Amino acid sequence: MTKKVATREAYGRALAELGKNNPAVVVLDADLSKSTKTADFGKLFPDRFFNMGVAEQNLIGTAAGLAAAGKTAFASTFAVFAAGRAFDQIRNSVAYNRLNVKIAATHAGITVGEDGGSHQAIEDIALMRSLPNMTVFVPADEAETAGAVEAAAKMDGPVYIRLGRAGVPSIHGEDFHFETGKAVVVREGRDAAVIATGIMVTAALEAAGALTGEGIEVRVISMHTIKPLDIDTIVSAARETGALVTAEEHSVIGGLGGAVSEAVCENYPVPLKRLGVQDIFGESGKPDELLVKFGLTPAAIADAVREVLKRKGQ
Amino acid sequence: MESREKELAVLKATANEIRQDIIRMLGAAGSGHPGGSLSAADIVTALYFKFMRIDPENVKKQDRDRFILSKGHAAPVLYAALAQRGFFPREELLTLRKVGSRLQGHPDMKKVPGVDMSTGSLGQGLSAANGMALAGRLDGRDYRVYVLLGDGETQEGQVWEAAMASAHYRLDNLTAFLDHNRLQIDGPIEEVMSPEPLAEKWMAFGWDVQVIDGHDMAQILEAVEKAKKVKGKPQMIVAETVKGKGVSFMENQAGWHGSAPKPEEVEKALAELLADKL
Repeated sequence: MTKKVATREAYGRALAELGKNNPAVVVLDADLSKSTKTADFGKLFPDRFFNMGVAEQNLIGTAAGLAAAGKTAFASTFAVFAAGRAFDQIRNSVAYNRLNVKIAATHAGITVGEDGGSHQAIEDIALMRSLPNMTVFVPADEAETAGAVEAAAKMDGPVYIRLGRAGVPSIHGEDFHFETGKAVVVREGRDAAVIATGIMVTAALEAAGALTGEGIEVRVISMHTIKPLDIDTIVSAARETGALVTAEEHSVIGGLGGAVSEAVCENYPVPLKRLGVQDIFGESGKPDELLVKFGLTPAAIADAVREVLKRKGQ
Repeated sequence: MESREKELAVLKATANEIRQDIIRMLGAAGSGHPGGSLSAADIVTALYFKFMRIDPENVKKQDRDRFILSKGHAAPVLYAALAQRGFFPREELLTLRKVGSRLQGHPDMKKVPGVDMSTGSLGQGLSAANGMALAGRLDGRDYRVYVLLGDGETQEGQVWEAAMASAHYRLDNLTAFLDHNRLQIDGPIEEVMSPEPLAEKWMAFGWDVQVIDGHDMAQILEAVEKAKKVKGKPQMIVAETVKGKGVSFMENQAGWHGSAPKPEEVEKALAELLADKL
């Protein structure tokens, strides 16, 4: 078993590293810096770290002002407060002006766990990807997170980076190179393809491994960029496998499943099944228990693959 | 002293021109917000023609002073000031709110030279001003950030989040104005949702507060000069104003918050302003 690292921890490290090389980087948090891991940056660069208190609207608005004055502003809090509480500030102060604000939102999805549904963002991808000018990253492991942070700092304009609370194993090797808008085929296969994002990439790989025993070869794609969407990789998967499953720790409405469905319907319709949170709110529990209850497991992915395979060619 | 009087006379004349431009562009647009544009005209004139270190030839200069019109619906007063100050041709003012125009209904920093922050969704300007003030301090630049808020706008919770932060970070390079014209769309602010007592609230939030007549140019100049000397605190200048100031039939009428004058009303308003100037 490889060591597990939460993407929020990878973010904290990447951010501290970025601070050393890029003096334009400033970081803002809303009283959650120990949880979002921005505190590491704060310790190293206290002058460039601003705690805004429990005030997410002002957090984003201040980040916009810093960016308008030439800074690259990373703003962090939990996903539910960033994308939800401060949506209008992200829309009007940040995205409308195409400012260099990078919203790195942690504790996304149901694996927040015990804090319950009020704290589990299941709609943030949908909200963020609907905004013009916004780039949306959902990294699956430490390497993708480091790549996303670096890419976000380099690119001009607003970025939303969705990060998780729970530890995830590494899915990429040392030679991994993160490219914005370029999905990664992490396992080859010709029978069906699972397009996954965030923690669900690991689950998809496990499902693919299990399905081999049934003679089913599944392609697994890590869609670390939801916007701009890698339509080429999606259409290739549709054409070459003829059956798709999407898997995300997010509502099936408007997130990865929505985005992939739109691309597939418009370009190369094939049977498709969306795995995710089925238009309900989350609840308290241990992350692993919740994943089982909400059907976000390798077994559930394998079932979904079998289902689309039945529909394939009908 | 004589030069001060001359300066005041010139600024008053400029404010009058700006009021005329507000009426002209709103008449041409057929929609927009005259009341709150006219109430802010003297303040905006003082900032753009007396205090702000800005250069129309070098719009994005890093050490320029910044202005954020947090009550973005008063866009006409900002556009009129920018045009008079040479940021774009005055005749462009007549394209306000029309398809393809840079002059959007609410200020857009990506489109209009001299607009430092897009606004329109109320309550967001002070946060952006805080960010600019923090960046200025971080970079060791001596620019000032000015922001103008509406009184109805202070009903937005974000204003108070930001007010708390400006004082917490001791942003003395930040001067705010409150356009206290006492009216909002649905009527008097004290009837709709009273944010009073406003001066006391800003004081309680840790700001240096002055209360002035927002149409008395001498008081505006003195207040800004005093504010600039304050150390360790952001400064709020509560400007007592009259909504629709300068056009008799618009003054103190909530109905003129968001409706444009018809051609005959434009003529009447311009005649009054011209008479006032002479």
